Amino acid sequence: MTTEPIAPPSSPQDAASVLPAPAASGTGGAGTGGAPPLYRRLLARLVEANPAVVTVLSVFTALVFGGILIDVTSSGVVHAWSHAGSHPGRALSLTFTTVADAYGAILSGSVLSPSTLGHAVSTGQGWAQVFNPISETCVAATPLILAGVGVAIGFRTGVFNIGAQGQLIAGSIVALYVGFAVNLPIWIHLPLVILAGAAGGAAAGLIPGILKARTGAHEVIVTIMLNYVFLNLLNYVLGGAPFQLPGQTNEISQKMLPSARMPHLFGSSLRVNLSFVIAIAMAALASWFMNRSTLGFSFKVSGANANAARTAGMSSTKVTILVFAISGLFAGMAGMATLSGTNFFLSSGYGGTIGFNAITVALLGRNRPWGVVWASMLFAMLDVGGASMQIRTGITLDLTAVIQATIIFFIATPMLVREIYRLRSTGAGALQLFTKGWSG
Amino acid sequence: MSVATSSLPVGPAGEERDFIQSATGRFVSQRRVRGMGVFLLLLAVVMALPFGLNVPSGVSAIFTLTTPPSVTVPNLVQPVRAVSIGLAIACALVGVVLIARKSTRGSYLVFSFGTVLFLWSFLVWVGRGTSLNFVSLLAETVIYSTPIIYGSLSGVLCERSGVINIAIEGQFLAGAFLASLVASATGDVWFGALCGAAAGALFGWILAFLTLRYGADQIIVGILIDAFALGLTNFLLQEIFTNHPNLNSPPVFQNVAIPLLSKIPILGPVLFDQSAIVYGAAVLLVGIHLALFRTRWGLRVRAVGEHPKAASTVGIHVVSVRYGNVIFGGLVAGIGGAAFTVGSYGQFTSNMAAGLGFVALAAMIFGRWRPFGGLGAALLFGFSISLVSFIGVLGVDIPSPLLAMAPYLITIAVVAGLVGRVRPPGADGVPYERE
Repeated sequence: MTTEPIAPPSSPQDAASVLPAPAASGTGGAGTGGAPPLYRRLLARLVEANPAVVTVLSVFTALVFGGILIDVTSSGVVHAWSHAGSHPGRALSLTFTTVADAYGAILSGSVLSPSTLGHAVSTGQGWAQVFNPISETCVAATPLILAGVGVAIGFRTGVFNIGAQGQLIAGSIVALYVGFAVNLPIWIHLPLVILAGAAGGAAAGLIPGILKARTGAHEVIVTIMLNYVFLNLLNYVLGGAPFQLPGQTNEISQKMLPSARMPHLFGSSLRVNLSFVIAIAMAALASWFMNRSTLGFSFKVSGANANAARTAGMSSTKVTILVFAISGLFAGMAGMATLSGTNFFLSSGYGGTIGFNAITVALLGRNRPWGVVWASMLFAMLDVGGASMQIRTGITLDLTAVIQATIIFFIATPMLVREIYRLRSTGAGALQLFTKGWSG
Repeated sequence: MSVATSSLPVGPAGEERDFIQSATGRFVSQRRVRGMGVFLLLLAVVMALPFGLNVPSGVSAIFTLTTPPSVTVPNLVQPVRAVSIGLAIACALVGVVLIARKSTRGSYLVFSFGTVLFLWSFLVWVGRGTSLNFVSLLAETVIYSTPIIYGSLSGVLCERSGVINIAIEGQFLAGAFLASLVASATGDVWFGALCGAAAGALFGWILAFLTLRYGADQIIVGILIDAFALGLTNFLLQEIFTNHPNLNSPPVFQNVAIPLLSKIPILGPVLFDQSAIVYGAAVLLVGIHLALFRTRWGLRVRAVGEHPKAASTVGIHVVSVRYGNVIFGGLVAGIGGAAFTVGSYGQFTSNMAAGLGFVALAAMIFGRWRPFGGLGAALLFGFSISLVSFIGVLGVDIPSPLLAMAPYLITIAVVAGLVGRVRPPGADGVPYERE
């Protein structure tokens, strides 16, 4: 498949260790003295289909697609084009400024807004507003990182956990209960809440795991059905004691006690809190687990070749059940993180589309925990910035969901990106993501 | 038209003709059958105690059996306690039969008979002290089942040719959305349904294009199409329908009573006084079954799904057969989507498919990749949805979120408890690479 003796293991970190063939062959040596200059090597890497290039181009293409969608649905642009005969320049400029305004609003709403920065620099106050967008992005990324890492571990083990949504809800129901039902000092209460969220998610993850291992029921159907079951379970527990806020008829829960809430990292004016640190730490733990631990190794082997795993004496029943429990544990912590970090109570529809976005960030991050962290930050930027885009330009937030899905379309089809941009082949097999069919 | 002989070694061998017994699998173990028997005994206990002895004697449930087109039939008055206990005894007997039997053949039919007894008893309990329109419950069942039938047919078409179609949910949404939009704009339901079908076919084409041409993973692309369709329809719902609500108020297909047949008591209004979309499902069901198992085209499709290399050797173009089937499958799912809007409800609402695309997949797997096999499961799911909405109207003291779980729990139970290890088409989900 590959022309290189050392095939790239398709992870962006390792990619730098591999040279492209054409430039190196002329000088006839692998020694550092014979290697082509750095800029040539960098240039060669830019035109080949390595994971980093494909990822960047996928994001770019999806943004172009989103821009087209903005133009087509914007009545101003459509109107300008219908009079393009008399004012062609105006139509063209409106086409671009509409999109630029939208994407500019996303950026300033999620990273840094030039106007608030200018205000803070000139007056010396209002620095909280400067850092607020990036703080919000971290807050939005927290559950995505946790749930995404869980899904990624599943993918690498060869199981497709679409049930992050349900597991997230299960984890947050348990965490909420611990959060308001017992009164303890914070140094013991908060760890208990975290454990409760993890345990609730893991328990919910065990259901599809056990069903798949024992009866062969396919996880895609079982987890999706369980998502709807947990959605309704949440509505059920919110409808009465002990969860419902006393004196309420709406589906709204009590609030967590202050001792069950995550402390803020940079003062109370920024919402970013300890749960973001926990999410990063869990990603590091997952990275260690998958790359360094025995169980993680057996997970990876089962994902790469189930028969080889069985021959090597790894129990597929055990692996299937455990991987779902661990995947669910991460999802449960995701639910807990938002609950204890910013929300403090549950209401109907809690979690939104985090369960689904967890799948997409796992794919975008190529199922590596650190990749998932970066992907989650990007998606959180789109979500947070999308909200401010909606306020500023009136374009609905759902646009970002379309852009996110489009990014993943390209990520899942590296061959398509390669063809659009005429990239050089590097054995695209290493870029391809695979799941298993019904009988897998 | 030349008819293929069914002796060729494609498809699960020797099962070509007995589609009626499709649910009576050869993969059913003795242990599983015993499990089903024990389950029926448990149901019998529920029927005897909460549904039976717990109800004061003298309370009756009245089932209304007449709705307009049919001839009048007297209402069925059932004393709750006596009927439930009688049904409990019958259900227990069926369970004992399942446990004691040596052969596993026909177990599913016996088991489903037992569950029908349970459902009857449940209905009697639900309707205690009041009257329940049994005919309209069944008619609603057919309406709710219709998209699921279309969806499972779509799945059969794609997977028999070797491509897993998880995008049914997204194709439902796309079909439902466009059907509503076009039917509202033009005032023509038929044109709306046609455009809905085209939207489904377009998403089928995307699935085919990315998986067949670029070898992308079928399940991942399918899930992405679902996410994409959900995002896109929500986006357009906000952008278009909020400002132009008149574009989201389509006319709907009117019921067409079939002369004479619709006069039959109970069955008439249920089966023969429905809309064109429901009749279309029935026509497609028969048509696809015949086409798959009785024509040259069907033989080719199944050959491509079972053993593409062998099919290719005898001159069948594997990729084009798959393209055709996946696009056709998307089209069928698109009609199923249109059934949500112009077929029954009218207006398009956010995420209105609500997981039924996956329920349809479960029905298809339960039906073991045969058109008629999935019908039973689709009707069961449709019945549970229809029952939930009926119970909501009757005001029974079961919290509505718990009731709303029922169709999903039933799906899990069916997939885990009844299906077990299935045998999909040989090359299902495997990308085909030419040498």
